[in-house]
Formats: sequence, C-alpha cells, structure tokens
Amino acid sequence: MEAIREHQGVAVPLDRTNVDTDQIIPKQFLKRIERTGFGQFLFYHWRFDDDGNKREDFILNQPAYEEGSVLLAGENFGCGSSREHAPWSLLDYGFRVIIAPSFADIFYNNALKNGIIPVQMDEEQVHQWMKQAENEELVLTVDLENQIVCDDNQDVHFDIPAYHRENLLNGLDDIGLTLQHEDKITAFEHAVRA
Amino acid sequence: MGKPETLVEKIWKQHVVHHEPEKPDLMYIDLHLVHEVTSPQAFEGLRLNNRKVRRPDLTFATMDHNVPTKNRDVIQDQISKKQMDALRKNCKDFGVTLADMYHPDQGIVHVIGPQLGLTQPGKTIVCGDSHTSTHGAFGALAFGIGTSEVEHVLATQTLWQKPPKTLNVHVEGDLGTGVTAKDLILAIISKFGVRFGTGYVMEYTGEAIRNLSMEGRMTVCNMSIEAGARAGLISPDETTVEFLRGKPNVPQGEAFDEKAREWLALATDEGAEYDETVMIKAEEIEPQVSWGTNPGMCVPVSGSTPDVHESDDVARALEYMGLDENQPIQSINIDHVFIGSCTNSRITDLRKAAKIVEGHQVSDHVRAIVVPGSFGTKEQAEKEGLDAIFKSAGFEWREAGCSMCLAMNDDVVPPGGRCASTSNRNFEGRQGNGARTHLVSPEMAAAAAIEGHFVDVRQFAANVYS
Ligand code: SF4
Repeated sequence: MEAIREHQGVAVPLDRTNVDTDQIIPKQFLKRIERTGFGQFLFYHWRFDDDGNKREDFILNQPAYEEGSVLLAGENFGCGSSREHAPWSLLDYGFRVIIAPSFADIFYNNALKNGIIPVQMDEEQVHQWMKQAENEELVLTVDLENQIVCDDNQDVHFDIPAYHRENLLNGLDDIGLTLQHEDKITAFEHAVRA
Repeated sequence: MGKPETLVEKIWKQHVVHHEPEKPDLMYIDLHLVHEVTSPQAFEGLRLNNRKVRRPDLTFATMDHNVPTKNRDVIQDQISKKQMDALRKNCKDFGVTLADMYHPDQGIVHVIGPQLGLTQPGKTIVCGDSHTSTHGAFGALAFGIGTSEVEHVLATQTLWQKPPKTLNVHVEGDLGTGVTAKDLILAIISKFGVRFGTGYVMEYTGEAIRNLSMEGRMTVCNMSIEAGARAGLISPDETTVEFLRGKPNVPQGEAFDEKAREWLALATDEGAEYDETVMIKAEEIEPQVSWGTNPGMCVPVSGSTPDVHESDDVARALEYMGLDENQPIQSINIDHVFIGSCTNSRITDLRKAAKIVEGHQVSDHVRAIVVPGSFGTKEQAEKEGLDAIFKSAGFEWREAGCSMCLAMNDDVVPPGGRCASTSNRNFEGRQGNGARTHLVSPEMAAAAAIEGHFVDVRQFAANVYS
C-alpha cells in the first residue's frame, strides 16, 4: 500500500445516503481476478444508461468534477457486500479521500487497507461542503498527520483510530507487521491444541 | 464466580493472541471460509510475496456465487469460468480443501458451514463475504472481511480487531402463527434502521429467539449486516447442540457430550451487561414485504407504501421500484419468484414453502425458481419429494448456488422485472440491472407465486396453519 500523508483535491458532492457497494461496483464486474482496472466500472449504472451512454445528469459525468479526488457522501457509505472491489474501483477512478457522516464497518476497513482515507465528519459540515461544491469549485486538503480537513476558510478536525492513521502514514504491509508476532501465534496454537 | 460476561466477551478472551494498550487485539481465527469471488486477489498476493497458507486445515473453500444452477456444464460467461478455474488452481497450489461445483459438499458457503459441522459455538469464523454473520446463530463470532483481510488470514490465521461494542436485540414474547424468522429480522431492521448495528456485534435474546429452529436463527443472524452489524449471534442452547449432534466435523459419542457442555457454558451469563439494548415485541409482528431499495424499507403485508413526501430517499426508492405512494402491498403484481439464498434456502425453508405450494399452480404470468442452498439440501428435499411438489406446481427446480440472489450467473431478473425474493438485499440492480426486488419469507414468496401478487400467507394458507 502506498503511504498517504496529505491529499489535496476537488470535492465531488454525491448527495445520497446508504450508498451500497452494489452501486459502487455492480456484481457483473466482480469476475476479474486482478486488483486493477476497476475504475471504469465505478457507479456503473448511475454513470451509464442501458446502452452504455453517459448519463449527463450524474455528478461524476459533469465536466467540473472530472478531476475530483475527494468524494463527499451521505450517511452509511459503503453498506452491504464486503467486496473490496468497491475501494479498488474508487481508487482506480482517482478518489483518495471519502468524507461522510458515517461509514459501514467493512467498507471502512477495506478503504484503509487500500490507502483511501475515510474521513468521518459531522453531517452538518458534510452538507455545507456539498452545497458549496454544487455551486463552485471546492478544493479540500486533508492533512492526515494533524487530522484536519481544510477549505479556504477553516481547518476542521476529524477522528481516526491512531492505529489506522499510523498504517496509512507509513504505508505499512499489515501481514509483514503481523508476522513479527509469529512466535506468539505459534505459541497460541500449541496452547489450544494441548 | 467472576463478573458475568456476554457470549462475545467469552469468545474474545479465548482468542486474543497478542494485546497492546491503545491498539486492536491480534485475534486467532478458527475457521476461514473461502469462495471464488473475493479470494483470487488474496491468493495472488500470497504468491507475489512467497507466502503460504498458514493453516490449510482451518480453511475451507467452495464455489457458490458464479455457478450455473441449470446445467453445471454450461458456463455461458468465460470470465466466470476463469474465476472458478482460479479457485481450483489456488486451492490445489496452497493445499486448501475445495468443494467444487460437482462435489457433494458444495453449496452456498453459509449453508454448508453449519451442515458440515464446521460451524461451531465459540469459534471465530471469517469469510470474504458480509453474510458470514449467519454462523453467529451457533454462538460463533463470525463476520465478513475484505480481500486484503482474506489474504491476511490465509497468511497468518489471525486478524487485528478492536473488541466490539455489544448490542442486545431483545425480542419479547413469541411470534404469531405464520410469522417467520424472516419477518422478525425484517421487522427489526425496519424498526431500527439499516445503520443501528454499525460498530456493534448484536446478540439476539428473548423468548421468540429461543423458540426458533437453528434454520430460523440463521435467517435472523444472516441479516445482521443489513442492520449495519458485522456480526450477530445467539447464545448456544440445547437446540444448537441437537442440530450439531452427528454432523461430520464435530466430535462423536461421549466426546460430543463433553464438547456440548463447553458450548453451553459460553452462553451469556445472567446479569451480563451490553453496551446497548433495544427491544421489540414479537406479537406485534406481521408477515413483512419490502417495498424499497434497502432492507429497512419494509412494511407489514397489510400495509401500503409510504408517502412520497416522507423523504428524498423514499421518493427515489418508489421511483426505482415503479410503485405509487400509499399503494397497498397486496396490489403489487410480481412476475418472478426466487426461493433461495443464504438467508432462506435450507431444508426447513423448502419444506415450509412446499406446504404452501402443494395442490396449487404458479400464476401464469410468474416465473418461479427454487434454488436449494446446497447439494445436500437438494438431495434431502428430493428424498422427501419436495422437488415433485414444486415442479408439479410450475416451479423450476435447480442446482445449489447463490443464483438470483445477486445474479452473477445466468439467473437474472430482467430490467423492470419484479421479484418476490427470499434473499437479503433489495438494492438497486441486485437481481439484475433495473430489477425490482421485494424481500419476503419463503412462505410469503410461495403464496405470491401462486396468486401473482402479494397476499397474507396466513389467510392464503389458513388450512396449513389451523
Ligand atoms: S446467497 Fe446471496 S447473500 Fe448469500 S452469499 Fe450468496 S450472493 Fe451473498
């Protein structure tokens, strides 16, 4: 996983709640056996109509948000299926940060494992940014080290468990870390089997 | 006696490999279930880093999501085939037991775990699948993980986890006649919402839960994730023990009784405290039908769709579902019926649905299919003649798999099609692009198949319930 310390980008307002992972990436695209190349399928049925034409009214298809890399969304983002294809597709499309009032548990973890920063922020603030981003270009900077999101006028604090923050900042390989405790795992196995 | 503890606390304590303050605990995983969709990238990760599967003996794989249910030998989609071939190769290379498409143990991963006795009280169980919560019915701590975590468990047999907060979902009283476990869990989610379990492990308690069969308990725990909870469980009792007795992977004879005593001791102690508790009265629950695009959008069968002005979400959902506001549920015509999925495809589900179907014909504008949860379930059902009942009523009788629950294979509801489904998710496009899903119990699905629209199964099959 690539380390991430700070990210600056254009905010994309996706004003929907309970965005489930079936919407983020529909099942017909889960058949690939690679981790890459999923960006083209992100929000597929919201982005494209049945003939594969772009739906002009969908937010990601509007030219102003083409370069967007910070996604603003409603409550319970990423609910439903555990498919890690969801963060893979978001990342591959170009999103590095998702800001929402709440996240589904499995998605939150999956995002962290892929170097996406899930920023949990109170609803009012998310909505204020959504409104702003709907009317003008909004650039947000996420400073993970200091746990703040900055717009032109303010720095807003966010919480993230220290352990996850460290891993993101250092781009650590989880398995490598765990294997440092291998003797303990082995000891546990012996104790249980004894 | 120490402080009274919950089931979750007891399981947790037994599985901590490493603990440091301010950090998640390193937890040992007793059983890792694997399927073809969420595992290929994990095995690939192992290969790239020259790692092995640490405990192939605690890992069990099957094929369920992609498999054809009509003719096993006809896989229309070459990419699906590639995914199944990849699992075959990965299991072979890494020494993992696989119940492939033709194997008698094959089935939906959450159906076969319990059937094979792999699922047991007190175990920690994971799978790259959110409905792993199903196994909690046995008093196991079971939850879904992503592919990176699948790789982590394959390599280390552990996971980093924070001790979860606990939520007691207390069901007071007992369910009425003709009201099922599915109605109970749908009612719980519609009462408390699709996020009330987020961040918690739920434990279901109360008389109605105690009175459920193991199959009913699995239906309830299965849908914990639809309430946001990664895991939902039920303290083991005699019902749990009797279900597991004689199953292939549990101890036999006296050793079983000894094991059973250990299991029963795991039950939440009298007076143990939960972080939160919610209550629901079982008597008030009617058969449920979902009308919208998440499992919380549900009403009793006697009810109607909501008012369009209730919220933007309601308006959007009604539009997608092609329904009017305040439309009576029983006026909704359906054209597809799916009886299957890890929520409701077990032998008791099929028996109950067959009872409703017996002596009737599927409505002529309805296409109805029954997809048993596993090869074993299918065989058992055929032994009992259930297949004949379904077939002579006009249902298609299929091979085991996930099938129309997520429509990754050829079992797809066409755009605009409307399906009464015993599965767990009514998300947009879940059963096919543009498909409209109504979640119901197997009994309600069976009755709808015959009438061509939703009906109250308690009235439809009054003779069955008298
Ligand atoms: S039956 Fe449906 S919900 Fe269950 S594991 Fe298969 S796809 Fe997932």
